[in-house]
Amino acid sequence: MAKTILAVDDSASIRQMVSFTLKGAGYEVIEAVDGQDALDKANIHKVNLVLTDINMPRMDGLKLLELLRKLSDYKTIPILMLTTESGDEIKAKSRAAGATGWLVKPFDPKRLLEVINKVIG
Amino acid sequence: MSADLEQFYEIFFEESSELLADMEACLLRLDVNSPDLEDLNAIFRAAHSIKGGAGTFGFTDMTETTHMLETLLDKLRKGELEVRIEMIDAFLKAGDVIKEQLAAHRGEGQADPATATAICEELKRLSDDTQVTPKEIKVVSHTETSVVSQKKMNDTDHTSLESVDLLKPSHTYIIEFSDYGMSDTASQNLFANLKQLGVLEVNALKNEKELCSLRLITSNCEEDVWETLAFVVDPAKLTIEEISSKSTSIPIPEDKTVDAIDTDEKSLCDQDVTKISKIVTTPDYGFFPEAPAAPKEMGDHEINENLQLQKISNNNREEQIASSKSSSKTNVASTSGEASSIRVSIEKVDQMINLVGELVITQAMLAQTASQFDPVVFEKLHSGMNQLERNTRDLQESVMSIRMMPISFVFSRYPRVVRDLASKLSKRVELKTVGENTELDKGLIEKIADPLTHLVRNSLDHGIEMPEKRIAAGKPAQGTITLRAFHQGGSIVIEVSDDGAGLNRGKILEKARERGLSVHDGMTDQEVWLLIFEAGFSTAEAITDVSGRGVGMDVVKRNIQSIGGRIDIESKFGVETRISIRLPLTLAILDGLSVAVGDQMFIVPLNYITESLQPNISDVKTVSGRGRVVQVRGEYLPVIALHEIFNLRSNVTAVNEGILVILEAEGHKAALFVDDLIGQHQVVIKSLESNYRRVQGVSGATIMGDGKVALILDAAALVLASQQEIV
Repeated sequence: MAKTILAVDDSASIRQMVSFTLKGAGYEVIEAVDGQDALDKANIHKVNLVLTDINMPRMDGLKLLELLRKLSDYKTIPILMLTTESGDEIKAKSRAAGATGWLVKPFDPKRLLEVINKVIG
Repeated sequence: MSADLEQFYEIFFEESSELLADMEACLLRLDVNSPDLEDLNAIFRAAHSIKGGAGTFGFTDMTETTHMLETLLDKLRKGELEVRIEMIDAFLKAGDVIKEQLAAHRGEGQADPATATAICEELKRLSDDTQVTPKEIKVVSHTETSVVSQKKMNDTDHTSLESVDLLKPSHTYIIEFSDYGMSDTASQNLFANLKQLGVLEVNALKNEKELCSLRLITSNCEEDVWETLAFVVDPAKLTIEEISSKSTSIPIPEDKTVDAIDTDEKSLCDQDVTKISKIVTTPDYGFFPEAPAAPKEMGDHEINENLQLQKISNNNREEQIASSKSSSKTNVASTSGEASSIRVSIEKVDQMINLVGELVITQAMLAQTASQFDPVVFEKLHSGMNQLERNTRDLQESVMSIRMMPISFVFSRYPRVVRDLASKLSKRVELKTVGENTELDKGLIEKIADPLTHLVRNSLDHGIEMPEKRIAAGKPAQGTITLRAFHQGGSIVIEVSDDGAGLNRGKILEKARERGLSVHDGMTDQEVWLLIFEAGFSTAEAITDVSGRGVGMDVVKRNIQSIGGRIDIESKFGVETRISIRLPLTLAILDGLSVAVGDQMFIVPLNYITESLQPNISDVKTVSGRGRVVQVRGEYLPVIALHEIFNLRSNVTAVNEGILVILEAEGHKAALFVDDLIGQHQVVIKSLESNYRRVQGVSGATIMGDGKVALILDAAALVLASQQEIV
């Protein structure tokens, strides 16, 4: 069965690009527009990997990460932070909150797939 | 890869335009004295999102500009800097530059790199807030990574900012580590990070036996250097040794290292994937070493952090449980936002509207045919036809509503226009908008924007007086321009009003005589005001570069008329001017009354009709040489005989045998003389101009239920023509 990825980004173009790339590689993709939306969708769907932007309205990626890690279904699921902020501060925060890894924007579809495949491929 | 990305360009362009518009709106409502953090965050996010997208899709010029924007905004929202009015100006300018860059990428026009550089420097100056000397800017090269590092330097690390200060005492460290398994980009990133601290010399590049030796001259302490490195390099394989402390100036870094890295970057794509996976981090992606839920080894620092985190999570647990319980509910709410709308190209919508138009015609034809069957015998056919008619109408309405957009799409651009212009003219103006949610056909929205901009600029330039003059006249120093949109009957009215000087009747008449227009003192105010729409008419004493050349108002009128609208002016000298534009609700469909003249059928737009009546012969009078008039409740109205205008043969030539349809347009009334009324229809407008040519007195055509073509009358033009005959 195809693996499902929850892709969270407030930018529609990035979301579409991610979704298109991952679907092309045979993944199921659920899109969410911000942390709150993602949390709601995570509660409904079963997801194999979460890929989230950090800076988003309503709920940011770090808060989402923190809340997801408290859900029993999301304790061990890989969560990748997708962000333009390559700063160490953000990385340290992500790490402390239980992120599996990060991917710096801008990235190209090839690199995205490479990372995703490495984690759940 | 870029070929793959191109398919997302369009959505990125649209998204960025929207973000820019949002950003501008936020900026304009931002109160400099007490900025709303939410607004600052929203502006920051907009810049951030554009930057992210631009970076992904390879629009580096936009990335750079948005990056500078983001840097300054980040400081503002973190409270590191105070918001100043010049910053808002710079933000707005930056927004314009990004818009231009966006347009250039879309293939519309050219972006000027010089203005982009200028605004970047301006933003940089504002965000550095006098702490940065030109020399320091030199340290930053033009590559994307160094832009990022510059940002970090500004954001977080004051000590590192000082480190670049040329007069500070500095340390020299020799850093050695094994870079086994480290990718070229990883080292590049590391070098970039180290360069933020000071001046870096790479003594041995990685190819030479996997040992990397660096020399770093910096004012930072060893810990800072250690921290920078520890994130990337395995601490066990790292040595940092200080060789001396001196207070000499730091040489400008050689470009060689940058060049070497640049060429190395090219081999990045061929990187062996398995090699990367061995190391802890790589610059553009990476995984944290320990399993997320079960950290094994932690330093004191991390333990503290984790304890704190646990405390926080305990506090949040109840809240979290509550939120997961309500999640099914909130999901409904959240999907009602962005997720529930889709983007469709306007061609598809237009095609749909066209098809529905055809369907309406077919339905009308069927209805006409069906009406010939006996309703008793064919009861089912008739009830089916009725249902079809209802459904068609509903379908038509809902399809038309797809094209409808709130007028706020147009109104939202004026705060900026007014702000810029007011400061240019040193006037104080407040812009009020009322009825922004009034919906209008998308086609009209696009076409109304330019004329409306012109009217707003005119109000500001000619209407609103200088503050001193206003105070002298007993008015508040700040003028008000009000934009108002509302429905009235079958049309939308958009008003631009100002509490400025008002129109000067005497001056307009004088000017009109100068221009050789036919005017007389007996003209009504309404007629006098409309003179300002004549070509080449301007009463402004001094020509400014804003308006006053007299080009424009006639163009405004023409533009409005070309979309089936009318323009009216009300003004009180010294008090106010109100210009109202009346537009049809939509361009494609019209409610009309069908009338018969001879064997022809015409459609009269319903919103011009006030009443229809059969006159007494005694009410109809002939004025010598000027045609006939009819008295309706004490008022004499010119009679427009359709069969005479269109040269048709009609059996009904005596006014009392036919029917008079009273039309009202632009404040004038006229009686349209027709043979008979047939019925009320909703008709699909087909352009006569694109299918045939423009005909005086006709605004379009439609296809009736029986397949015949009926002409739609241009009621406003007919009424005006009749007025001129009378005058």
